Amino acid sequence: MRYLVAFLRFWYEFIVGDDWIIAAGVVGVIALTALIVDRGFTAWWVLPPAVVALLAASLRRATR
Amino acid sequence: MTRGSFLFLAAFLASGVEMVEALTIVLAVGVTREWRSTLIGAGVAAVALAILVAALGPAIAAVPIDVLRIIVGTLLLVFGLQWLRKAILRAAGYKPLHDEAAIYAQERAEARAAASEQRATLDWYSFTVSFKGVFLEGVEVVFIVITFGAAQDHGVAIAAAAAAAALVLVAAVGATVREPLSRVPENTLKFAVGLLLTTFGTFWSGEGAGVSWPGEDIALLAILALLMITSLAAVRVLRRERYLASLASPPKGAGA
Repeated sequence: MRYLVAFLRFWYEFIVGDDWIIAAGVVGVIALTALIVDRGFTAWWVLPPAVVALLAASLRRATR
Repeated sequence: MTRGSFLFLAAFLASGVEMVEALTIVLAVGVTREWRSTLIGAGVAAVALAILVAALGPAIAAVPIDVLRIIVGTLLLVFGLQWLRKAILRAAGYKPLHDEAAIYAQERAEARAAASEQRATLDWYSFTVSFKGVFLEGVEVVFIVITFGAAQDHGVAIAAAAAAAALVLVAAVGATVREPLSRVPENTLKFAVGLLLTTFGTFWSGEGAGVSWPGEDIALLAILALLMITSLAAVRVLRRERYLASLASPPKGAGA
């Protein structure tokens, strides 16, 4: 059990890292992009500003 | 061409940075304890990493390309934003810079203080610390090589060649100077890698979600430029905020 917890913790820290907002935000933004594409709209403009906004939000959280 | 060059550069820089960190640990333990057990530990870690690549590679190849791009893009984006976030915080003074010389000194002090224990004719401390250092830093390299490689044709070969070139360079320099590569501008490299990973992550996750990028591969350059301008602006803003905060709260004892 201890090894399983350590294994899961390693991967959580490796992938999610210091700020879970980034991981959750990325998944949400990509899902939103896929949804917009699925409805037949152009969606290339969604990701770049959303990534910038996520970075800014994470930096703000780290420096407050 | 654009994708291939970016991919090589990103994999080379990311692998190089991780290898510099692994080299610091190997050198500290090897110089302080003994080389044979240290090098065997590093070699066993390299074999374990090769097995990891051999196991993950075919499994990933079986996943449809669009599904793969969205998974890989998401992982690269999360990973890239983490690198970029840390690099910006370090450049702005909110986090201490990674100091290879200090880490080397600390590793040497710990290696000196550790008890001597022989197992299977090896100095167990040297073996395990070297193995752990190389394996954990190597997992990141493997992750980058596989994720980069999986999302485009011949990608694994390009990323693996970049990682191999970084390994040869770092090992050659390390063997020559026999001390930590503290002059390598690690935060600048991490900044560049963070930018490249985030750029690729944005591009591939978009393609995986069904986006058609205007200008196709040229969009990579536009995304990179946007992220670079934003990141440099963030460093300036945070540095200024930190400076203003230091003016507002003078050191203890001042004005008493």
